[in-house]
Amino acid sequence: MSRLLKFNIFRYNPQDEQSEPHMQEFVLEETDSMTLFIALNRIREEQDPSLQFDFCCRAGICGSCGMVINGRPGLACHTKTRDLPGEITLLPLPIFKLVGDLSVDTGSWFREMYTKTESWIHTDKEFDPNALEERMDNKEAVAIYELERCVECGCCVAACATARLREDFMGAAGLNRVARFLIDPRDQRTDNDYYEIIGNDMGIFGCMGLLACEDICPKHLPLQNQLGFLRRKMGITSLKRLFKK
Amino acid sequence: MQTIYTDLLVVGAGLAGERAAVEAADAGFSAICLSLVPARRSHSSAAQGGMQASLGNSVMGEGDCPDVHFADTVKGSDWGCDQEVARLFADTAPIEMRRLAHWGVPWNRVVPGKSIYYKGGKQFEKVEAQEKEGLIMARSFGGTAKWRTCYTSDGTGHAVMCTMDNRCAQVGVEVHDKTEAIAMIQDGETCYGVVARCLRTGELRVYLSKATMIASGGFGRIYPNTTNAVICDGGAHTMCVNTGVVPMGNMEAVQFHPTGIVPTDILVTEGCRGDGGTLLDVDEKRFMDKYEPEKAELASRDVVSRWMTHHMREGHGVKSPYGEHLWLDIRHLGEEHITGKLREVYEICTSFLGVNPIHQLIPVRPTQHYSMGGVRTNKDGAAYGLKGLYAAGESACWDMHGFNRLGGNSLAETVVAGGIIGKKIAEYLEGCETEFKTALISDTVKAQQARIDALVSGSNGSENVYKVRAAMQDALNKGANIFRTEEGLKECVTTLQDTLIRSKNVGLRSNGRGVNPELAAALKLEGQVKMALMLAYGALMRTESRGSHNREDYPARNDRDWLTRTLAYWKKPDDDLPTLEYEPATSVVEIPPGDRGYGKSEIISADDKKE
Repeated sequence: MSRLLKFNIFRYNPQDEQSEPHMQEFVLEETDSMTLFIALNRIREEQDPSLQFDFCCRAGICGSCGMVINGRPGLACHTKTRDLPGEITLLPLPIFKLVGDLSVDTGSWFREMYTKTESWIHTDKEFDPNALEERMDNKEAVAIYELERCVECGCCVAACATARLREDFMGAAGLNRVARFLIDPRDQRTDNDYYEIIGNDMGIFGCMGLLACEDICPKHLPLQNQLGFLRRKMGITSLKRLFKK
Repeated sequence: MQTIYTDLLVVGAGLAGERAAVEAADAGFSAICLSLVPARRSHSSAAQGGMQASLGNSVMGEGDCPDVHFADTVKGSDWGCDQEVARLFADTAPIEMRRLAHWGVPWNRVVPGKSIYYKGGKQFEKVEAQEKEGLIMARSFGGTAKWRTCYTSDGTGHAVMCTMDNRCAQVGVEVHDKTEAIAMIQDGETCYGVVARCLRTGELRVYLSKATMIASGGFGRIYPNTTNAVICDGGAHTMCVNTGVVPMGNMEAVQFHPTGIVPTDILVTEGCRGDGGTLLDVDEKRFMDKYEPEKAELASRDVVSRWMTHHMREGHGVKSPYGEHLWLDIRHLGEEHITGKLREVYEICTSFLGVNPIHQLIPVRPTQHYSMGGVRTNKDGAAYGLKGLYAAGESACWDMHGFNRLGGNSLAETVVAGGIIGKKIAEYLEGCETEFKTALISDTVKAQQARIDALVSGSNGSENVYKVRAAMQDALNKGANIFRTEEGLKECVTTLQDTLIRSKNVGLRSNGRGVNPELAAALKLEGQVKMALMLAYGALMRTESRGSHNREDYPARNDRDWLTRTLAYWKKPDDDLPTLEYEPATSVVEIPPGDRGYGKSEIISADDKKE
């Protein structure tokens, strides 16, 4: 007989006046290769059909299913129950607005981040459908992709001490986004332009360097390097701006 | 109730929908995309391998051009596609890839000089040309004459989705995420928008629009085992089915991908085989080269999936607690390649299987993957049946894929079709005047509220939504799989008819308040079963084998009688079977039906037709 897993799951439906935030216990028999995706769906289909949680690709590619798993933010789809103790506590990610139970609204947070960072290529070149594509060094392309692999699960933000202290902090995801455009030769923004976006406590100077973001990033993005890189770059820009005054 | 007005309303915010919305916004129109999830979580982002476009930059792609791409696509479709559309696609794909590069996609680029590559487990050498340095690189995929698949590592869909969503933000396309369209506002002639349910609060909302587009992806979740994301459940299709006037095209054409991992059915990209991976059986022996000496692992997906199933039936499968499977071997590609160009594959294997593909074999079996069928449109993307309604991408049967699509052609289709159809929508909007009838709107909302109330109160019955859904999935799995027979399909149709009655008697077990997931599942269930019936009944009636549709009792491709596209309607809500009509597969014939060059099969020629 396989293990009986005990799940303690945060429950609250803000749309139901009778609902109060509380923890609810569910018991489920563990099966081979069980992931939290399989477990939560079984709980919903067999025990409580009102249970709210988010999954989409269920393959670690889309970032929907970020939640706090036994105290640590992570993707539920690629968390195998065999790597967890018999008692599993699941909480919604902090920082983001709660939709209900384990479901949070990451969409609004990230949309605001795109707007703040103007997350697109800034160029005055026009696209010419009759011309060959502009050439790019493959190493540069690979380096950009390395940073673009972020799936916006929100785990890094949920694990960030600064984000807990100040609502307007961009978090590692936001700073990583800026780094992605900063190294892209197609983007014509200057260091000074980027300084306007992240050269403050909402941006790179708010980071306390505790690096939980990199520790928990499910895609293993080199967030620590990016923070260091941006801080150096913005530090130098800051000095230049000081002397120009 | 909140009412939101826009020029173009897109149901879905994946690549096809967002690409079309950008086109409309560029022409000065307002555009809103509705999405179940934040746009970047769309299933487009899960596409790994790449996008086909005949740029011909790589040395292995030399001599490639839209004509060759077109020919591969038509052969791939087993002559089931609309050749005018396939031509439009092949001609436009290179421009769209370059446009994506301009917008910010970090395509892998040509690195000049010597490098090695693998084919069928063997090592070869190639030399990339100096003068092509820095242009967009391509990799090999199944069913193609040339290396044509543009890629960024094996995260192509993700990278393109990021760029497209950035572009939307830049040009002012709004994405209303966590919003689910549940019914179309239409009067049998024109589509005026949708009633949607907010997945943050559970409230209903009205969206009114001059043009409405369905771009909601596939509906693989009507099967139990699929590579599709959980959101690919055909919810938006059910809105079209329920109109009674919008037909679904070729619903019986369902693609099974050769390499879903066992047991979770997560996809590992065809790029594995394109880059030289091989399929092995229980004795760790290659077998595809025996069945298909020419193309081996790189025949089209329908052919590879079929041979894999055949090989397992012959007793060469690997036994496991989850049934039989085969092996995918990429070990010889080496650590650098696997953790670089196949990094997602590496992560999927290590995270979900506990298998390290650098040293170990990957357990795989064919799994439901792609819906060639969908909302039938003309070449401009306009849906049959309703004015102002469009569709693009996997949700549509625009029909460049016919009965089997080639790997890398769907991801390319999203942006190519999105661009072409977006432009057509902008032209439509240019001269469009609309009047919205308030009675029609309030009647639609009332009807939806009544449906919800009945589900919550259980006044229709107490069937369990998840059990009825499982019954539908099992019926399809048994009867409408890779190999099909009259007996199996008849039983499938009968079971589904019974399931349809059950789906009308669903009652919720929870209270239905707020963002209730049980309610979301219940609202689309009856429509899903109707779609399943369109699929199974269409397959029963099609007495031939073409592409992914394999009738063991009719093994020949019958061009004499079946060079047609099935149109399935659900004409009256209380019907217990869809109404099937047929139209010619293509009105323009550039390449007359012939041999594909792989997947040997008997062909009953169209010339045998008695005049």
